[in-house]
Amino acid sequence: MHRNPRLAVDFLGISMDTPVMTASGTFGFGEEFEDFADLAELGAVVVKGTTLYPRRGNEGVRIAETPSGMLNSIGLENPGVEYFLQSILPRISKYHMNVIVNISGSSAEEYGKLAERLDVPGVAAIELNVSCPNVKDGGIIFGTDPKAAAEVVAQAKKHTKKPVILKLSPNVTDIAEMARAGEAAGADALSLINTLMGMAIDIRTWRPVLGNITGGLSGPCVKPVALRMVWQVAQAVKIPIIGMGGIMTAEDAVEFFLAGASAVEVGTANFCDPSVTRNIIRGLDAYLKQRNLSHISELIGQLKVDKE
Amino acid sequence: MALPKVAIDTEILWNTPVGSDVYELTVQGGGIVTQAQPGQFIHLQIPSGDVFLRRPFGIADTDENEGQLTMYYRVMGKGTRVLTALKRGDVVNCLGPLGHGFSLNAKRPLLVGGGMGLAPLLYLAKRFRGKADVLMGGRNRDELFWEKIFAPYVRKTFVATDDGSLGTKGFTTELLPKVLGNEAYDCVYTCGPEIMMRGIANIAAQKGVACQVSLEKRMACGLGACLSCVCDTANEERKKICKDGPVFWAQDVFFAQ
Ligand SMILES: Cc1cc2nc3c(=O)[nH]c(=O)nc-3n(C[C@H](O)[C@H](O)[C@H](O)COP(=O)(O)OP(=O)(O)OC[C@H]3O[C@@H](n4cnc5c(N)ncnc54)[C@H](O)[C@@H]3O)c2cc1C
Ligand SMILES: Cc1cc2nc3c(=O)[nH]c(=O)nc-3n(C[C@H](O)[C@H](O)[C@H](O)COP(=O)(O)O)c2cc1C
Ligand code: FES
Repeated sequence: MHRNPRLAVDFLGISMDTPVMTASGTFGFGEEFEDFADLAELGAVVVKGTTLYPRRGNEGVRIAETPSGMLNSIGLENPGVEYFLQSILPRISKYHMNVIVNISGSSAEEYGKLAERLDVPGVAAIELNVSCPNVKDGGIIFGTDPKAAAEVVAQAKKHTKKPVILKLSPNVTDIAEMARAGEAAGADALSLINTLMGMAIDIRTWRPVLGNITGGLSGPCVKPVALRMVWQVAQAVKIPIIGMGGIMTAEDAVEFFLAGASAVEVGTANFCDPSVTRNIIRGLDAYLKQRNLSHISELIGQLKVDKE
Repeated sequence: MALPKVAIDTEILWNTPVGSDVYELTVQGGGIVTQAQPGQFIHLQIPSGDVFLRRPFGIADTDENEGQLTMYYRVMGKGTRVLTALKRGDVVNCLGPLGHGFSLNAKRPLLVGGGMGLAPLLYLAKRFRGKADVLMGGRNRDELFWEKIFAPYVRKTFVATDDGSLGTKGFTTELLPKVLGNEAYDCVYTCGPEIMMRGIANIAAQKGVACQVSLEKRMACGLGACLSCVCDTANEERKKICKDGPVFWAQDVFFAQ
């Protein structure tokens, strides 16, 4: 039973109470936020980037606050897909949330293997992270080369019946080209943006703040870039888009829907306010009501660019 | 089952300097107060558009009758500087109580704190209801305004300052062997600069006394979700300081590497 007729959506065949999801790496496995967010009301929880084998992540300082945002260089620390399947997935099933697994590999074949292992009940879809700027042995190359990205999508599609979402990196010159490559290779949807590569320097020590030297920028400071990219991608492809990057409020989310996103992911904002998704959902509903709209779909891609 | 954590708007009751660049911040703590355990912390939202992430501060005291929650902070950078300007009646959002606190099983506890590390130990001292002794260290007399604050809650107080302006001249690590020699303490609880805690933990281990340490690392979520704050442990596994800690048994996190 959907609780809210204005916000309930069927996205990639997944029945969602709302089109508001949480972004990978910012919301753990959902359970960490059980006291603050209504997990079942979220469209989905996109869980932490998962790899074939456990990863320890990067050493040293992993985050830095920046104006209206933050840098992170976690480095894909995760317990590996087998642990996820054996211990975590069964544990979080009690929350009745849609679980989307974000995966990362160092070869197209590895993405295929991960997709295959995750083709199990309890997983709603997989999101391909081809754009993690924080690991050296992979990720980034698939995120910046359209052919490599297409190969990753093809491998994943070949090995799973679940919907496959390709998550795009903003660290490219032509985001539309990456989007078209993903669509042509069979991606069911695109999500964007991942973090923008950046850095911070400590002027007392003349050293980088982050142990990994560079990291990924997220939060409200990236929103204008994210919106522009969602808009460009929406012009370039027909498959649905999940928009993200700096969404803090319902108004921010509305901008993404207008630019062409069919759903949104909320990331860094969860650190500032662990119940932010609740407020965004309430706010979206209030906005639709106030504008006399009966469903969120009436916003999608409705940006007016013609001269009146 | 873990008790629920909350993120609540709290009203500031007072925010007053207690030493140079150190402030006591007391808020009307609502539901956090009744659940707070010594060693747990609050993730505080600084009400300023210039400060993006929350800032973690140890719980230093609570008053259950009045619903009050106290923290002590040192002015370090942007966030804590903004905090100093807040007045009675201003509202700050507190997320907590977070993390796992100190074990309360000791029969004869010794608390060893350096600088701001004394803040969470104050709440621990209070819980031990006069059973604990405290060994405190700081750079100078001015940093050890803590002596008066601890006095009602502890049996004995030992003081070390780097410049000898109060108590013994030297570090807490220099004083500790003697203090441990005088009495049969069954647990040392330490919080302060990591280098100090490592020294304290070493000495405690040599003397065969159990030791708990409270760690610090930059935090984003405070809830165990983002992996900003992990530390290495003896069994190779990484732990989240915000969720699995900040308090750990010394041998689990300080080990030969
Ligand atoms: C569990 C825990 C408990 C703490 N308890 C206390 C306390 O009771 N009293 C107190 O004065 N301080 C405490 N600290 C340290 C305190 O959080 C930092 O001094 C404070 O965040 C500095 O913020 P700033 O904006 O003034 O400094 P900035 O340098 O401008 O902060 C920039 C970023 O670095 C982080 N940061 C800076 N120093 C530290 C540090 N030492 N530890 C962790 N993160 C840091 C900040 O949170 C922020 O994200 C605690 C830290 C942790 C992790
Ligand atoms: C601490 C942190 C960890 C992240 N980990 C991942 C990850 O494992 N996989 C991934 O695809 N994106 C990861 N991201 C990127 C986010 O999912 C999101 O794409 C990005 O932060 C932009 O959205 P935001 O501004 O709302 O946070 C991470 C972001 C942060 C801040
Ligand atoms: S601060 Fe996010 S996991 Fe500890």
